[in-house]
Amino acid sequence: MTKMISRKAGKLSRRAFVVGTAAAGGGLALGFHLPFGLDEAAAQNGGAELNAWAVIRPNDTVVIRIARSEMGQGTLTGLAQLVAEELECDWKKVSVERITPGQNLARKRVWGDMSTGGSRGIRSSEDYVRRAGAAARMMLLQAAANQWKVPVAELTVADGIITHAGSRRTTSYGKVAAAAAQLQAPDQKAITLKDPKNWKIAGKPMKRLDTADKLNGSKVYAIDVKLPGMLCAAIKDCPVYGGKLKSYDESKIAGRPGVKKVVRVKDTAVAVVADTWWRAKSALEALPIEWDAGENASVSSATIAAHLKEGLDASVTNGDRKNGDAIAAIASAAKKVEAVYSTPFLAHACMEPMNATVRISADKAEVWVPSQNYEASLASLSETSGVPLANCEAHRVDLGGGFGRRGGTQDYVQQAAIIGKEFPGVPVKMIWSREEDMAHDFYRPISQCAMSAGLDEQGNLIGLHVRSSGQSINAWLNPTAIRGGKDTRQLQGWYEEPGDAQLGYTVPNLLIEYVMRNTHVPVGPWRGVNTNQNAYYMEAFIEECARAAGKDSVEFRRALLKNHPKHLAVLNAVAEKGDWGKPLPQGVHRGIAQFMGYGSYVAATAEVSVSPQGKLKVHRMVLGIDCGHTVNPDQIAAQIEGSVVYGLSAALYGECPVENGRMTSLNFDTYQVLRIDEMPKVETVLVPSYDFWGGVGEPTICVVTPAVMNAIFAATGKPVRSLPLKHVKLV
Amino acid sequence: MARLNINGKNQDVQVEADTPLLWVIREHVGLTGTKYGCGVAQCGACSVHINGEVMRSCSIRVGDIKATDKIVTIEGLSPNSSHPVQKAWLALDVPQCGYCQSGQIMAAAALLKKKPKPTDADIDAAMTNICRCGTYQRIRAAVHLAAGNGNPARS
Repeated sequence: MTKMISRKAGKLSRRAFVVGTAAAGGGLALGFHLPFGLDEAAAQNGGAELNAWAVIRPNDTVVIRIARSEMGQGTLTGLAQLVAEELECDWKKVSVERITPGQNLARKRVWGDMSTGGSRGIRSSEDYVRRAGAAARMMLLQAAANQWKVPVAELTVADGIITHAGSRRTTSYGKVAAAAAQLQAPDQKAITLKDPKNWKIAGKPMKRLDTADKLNGSKVYAIDVKLPGMLCAAIKDCPVYGGKLKSYDESKIAGRPGVKKVVRVKDTAVAVVADTWWRAKSALEALPIEWDAGENASVSSATIAAHLKEGLDASVTNGDRKNGDAIAAIASAAKKVEAVYSTPFLAHACMEPMNATVRISADKAEVWVPSQNYEASLASLSETSGVPLANCEAHRVDLGGGFGRRGGTQDYVQQAAIIGKEFPGVPVKMIWSREEDMAHDFYRPISQCAMSAGLDEQGNLIGLHVRSSGQSINAWLNPTAIRGGKDTRQLQGWYEEPGDAQLGYTVPNLLIEYVMRNTHVPVGPWRGVNTNQNAYYMEAFIEECARAAGKDSVEFRRALLKNHPKHLAVLNAVAEKGDWGKPLPQGVHRGIAQFMGYGSYVAATAEVSVSPQGKLKVHRMVLGIDCGHTVNPDQIAAQIEGSVVYGLSAALYGECPVENGRMTSLNFDTYQVLRIDEMPKVETVLVPSYDFWGGVGEPTICVVTPAVMNAIFAATGKPVRSLPLKHVKLV
Repeated sequence: MARLNINGKNQDVQVEADTPLLWVIREHVGLTGTKYGCGVAQCGACSVHINGEVMRSCSIRVGDIKATDKIVTIEGLSPNSSHPVQKAWLALDVPQCGYCQSGQIMAAAALLKKKPKPTDADIDAAMTNICRCGTYQRIRAAVHLAAGNGNPARS
């Protein structure tokens, strides 16, 4: 989920953002002034801005600015903890303020990258937000030292109270903040960050800062935005990707209550605008629409499967990793293991459907939108509305789920802006129905994977050949990332390189190949994206190998992980907490899996039973993670619990079948997801090694599926090679 | 035109009889804590209480509501988030994105009214709302906490 750049979204303005990111310290100087920007807002409340990240009010309240999006993953609280830790302020007096992309642009991107994906929210901000907290603390202490005319080294601070022991004087941050804000910021070289082992606020299971208004209905999501005179729009895009809107008969909905206008959106979609969304939506349902389905009208799941299957034997590949000679080693091995696996397209199904509210006039454009990339939202708004970037604003709201759907691809902002331009100065809220949301996602890519292995007489893995055939995210969203026909993104988790998504296994003869087989279906990042498929393929197949070798699942993996101690440590921790090797109740079986993604090492055990009727029950799962530093253990646990639900939903039920070129699963009745009655007991093991920063939101999903499938293998004696499980007869 | 009793207040709304109660609550009455998630009574994000029963307001026509029916939305569950379910949700930091939680809380409150000491099986049967963030483990623990069953050990 790193580069989420849309081929559909604004090119010029988007490039401007990329340039802004690349030019260190430079960014965009647009001379843009916000009438009610943060400086003024803070000043109105009597606050003093120590730096872009921290404002302190006379009553000692600390306002910490947050640039990354909050979609439930807890980044907002974690980032505040990191700033507060270095600031040495009173955590009870911390509140947060979400900065907008317009404010970021106006201040030459002082808050840096706002995009929130790839489990990067904390790990790629931690250094500069901690430095900002430390710099603010140094300025506050210096201001007190100046006031008391004592050396700053003689001062101590705790919970925002500054003490000079020698003269028994104390003061508070609120009292010296105004003077501190006038001081020069300390040189970056003078800042020493704390050893995380000494953290008091970070590293602790602090309560989330954003819970209260989620309990009483007062939290305003973008879908809840109310503006004076607002109209509402419902939209239908051509259900066949690549198809077009042919015609519609507006006369059939003439006179319906509240309807204001029918708007053609690009050449593929039609929207009805009315005074309420329900009236817009029911009028749209009644509107006769003719589509030109185009050349993809006969594509189906079956034709796509055949297309991918052909890739398993193709002579040209699109990204390889190799050492030794896997083909020869397998050919001459004492024992061979072979299997073909597959996984389907998957929708994100965020609980809050895609939506955007715009207000566009000749010289100003605004959008209220749930976004994982507010700068991309702003760019899309500017490009589509024709209003210069400097006169655009994307208002911040927290998201009702994101999961990778609301990143660089701001298709809904473009649609809303096209509709909104028809109503100058009038706010228009566009909401997708759930059916539209599931029909026009950027789906998790589909793939198939052929695996073969060779074992020697002692059952050691001496050769492994992996060939994945499937759709490329880069080909759809970011074609320039494909160089010389090679696209290694799809090999996530199988890399040789350490640091992000490294395969922990050392195999003397290894060949991993990717064969690009694209379809007409839009694809994109999806919480954990390629690690999910790749961990399933690798870990389910390693299980097949272990069983063929007659070896214990953990012992077999330990031998292969001997060169990768961090992978091994998490596997061992999970095996121990998951009672590996210990007796289980009658009929209950265990499985295990390990992997690496988003900079973190993960492993899981699952305990399952399969009833005589073939019904699966997942009783208990233990998941472990080494994400380096643990900023909030309780929120890491929450993400891991949630990742089990996202992973099991996909493994048990998730699929988006294609018929006649279009998606057929359009709501939760057919796109089934896990509910509470199938939720296993989840236990979390944190294995921090304190020498790197890894992600948290995504990494553990990928081990959920193989751990459960390997437990099913233990229960039934049969491997599960195709998902979702609902199509697999277990007995 | 319909007369509704919502959170103890009578409201007259100008609306077609076949409009789902959800959209009347959100767009005509202006209470947006009740959410749209699926429109087909699958996800439960739109859950409200009608005469004490938890109902999925996306699939109830406003024309089928009587003026005497007492509708309670998340906004009317308690003053100051003081309902035991809300307090338990806060204590265990249940919500992630929070979008489904109005519905989850309304479902839990209705369950506890019927079964003050619910078993896990009762929770499984009653709490059928979808959460895509996957907060089910904490929802279960919070229902038990609200019921005074104690807070079952969480990992």
